[in-house]
Amino acid sequence: MSSETSERRDSAPSGLVERLVRDDVDRKRFLKMAGSAGAASFGAFVLAACGSSKKAATTAATTASTSSAAGGDVAIANYALTLEYLETEFYEKVVSSGFFSGAEASLIKSFGEQEQTHVEALKGAVSKLGGTPAEQPMGKFPIENAKQVAELAYTVENLGASAYLGQAAKIQNAELLAAALAIHSVEARHAATLGTVLKKPITPDGAFAKPADMSTVLAAVKPFLA
Amino acid sequence: MSQTDLQMDGVASSQLGEIEVQGMTRSSFILRGALAAGSVYGLGAVTPFVSSAFAESGGGDVEILNFALTLEYLEADFYNVKGKTVGLKGLAKTYAKTFGEEEADHVNALTATIKQLGSKPVAKPSFVFPATSESTFLALASVLENTGVGAYNGAGPSLQSKEVLAAAGSIVQVEARHAAAINLLIKKSPTPNQGFDRPLTKAQVLAKAGPLIKK
Repeated sequence: MSSETSERRDSAPSGLVERLVRDDVDRKRFLKMAGSAGAASFGAFVLAACGSSKKAATTAATTASTSSAAGGDVAIANYALTLEYLETEFYEKVVSSGFFSGAEASLIKSFGEQEQTHVEALKGAVSKLGGTPAEQPMGKFPIENAKQVAELAYTVENLGASAYLGQAAKIQNAELLAAALAIHSVEARHAATLGTVLKKPITPDGAFAKPADMSTVLAAVKPFLA
Repeated sequence: MSQTDLQMDGVASSQLGEIEVQGMTRSSFILRGALAAGSVYGLGAVTPFVSSAFAESGGGDVEILNFALTLEYLEADFYNVKGKTVGLKGLAKTYAKTFGEEEADHVNALTATIKQLGSKPVAKPSFVFPATSESTFLALASVLENTGVGAYNGAGPSLQSKEVLAAAGSIVQVEARHAAAINLLIKKSPTPNQGFDRPLTKAQVLAKAGPLIKK
């Protein structure tokens, strides 16, 4: 596992989000770009989509969604994709660590498989929005013992849930929003499950879960990037 | 639900665009563009829950909020009133107390939001809960919490206000956490829908919660 990981690490070029995480200046530029891209051709998009025949709207919308109207959504989906890649890698390592057995091992395996389905769905979403899916980042995770791993998983899942929550209201495309919501509550379920296993809070924020913005989340995952 | 999914899987994406735009209120021009562009990227995993989410018909944010408020009243009463009558012990008792307080917080937040939007919150209905023991109570708790998750996820894309959407997201995450904990307690999967929680339409939610509401 570890040799395979290091091989992949050596051969893989740095993904966009990964580079952003390394570089604060790049990150700020990226966030600014991601925020404005959606607005860039928004006016044209509205004009095209309103008051024209269905066929004309289809053509115009195709053009718009493959240019920059979907830029904000692509950035969000790629950001989520990067986080899901890391979660998937993390669970792969946890499963292969052999620290868990029985029901706990089954849960962890199923969570890892679910993260993998999130990766696939988000890759598809980015492509259909006209973007290029982010490269898989190479992670590095401390895997020491069962307790430490479970605590890290709890942290990672809570972060993931807050990351989705931080983006939900920024998503323009209703399909992407529906997908993000469907994933968001699963991340929350994972976090709560780990909370019960560890006897840590199931609802650490109380009745209202707190969102986290992109910058905060990227800074938090930085230690886990190889 | 599964019947609908089968139907949705069978239609071409251009037809899907025409069908699903009906009743869509949130940025419907964006939706129309997205669907018309053939961007139904479901590929099995995504399409079923997306089509279900879009099936949530409009009526505006206030209508959705009032529906959510009714569900939160139901959950709050379930934990805070019914929960005190069935002899809960241990974790079940702890969960009922914590979750009940959180549902009550949701009631207050939704009530305040509806008022902020200049509308009148629905009155609290009376409820009847068919639970007589800890096990039947927890079984019903699982249904209610998981239905709550589906209800919020189903309504999300129909919300017009980004602020309301953010608030709904904050609440649904907590419902999902409750659902997972209750499911674990009764030895059910904490992720009954695997990787993607299924959104529910209002009708699907009412099928589960409706019989508990006294007229």
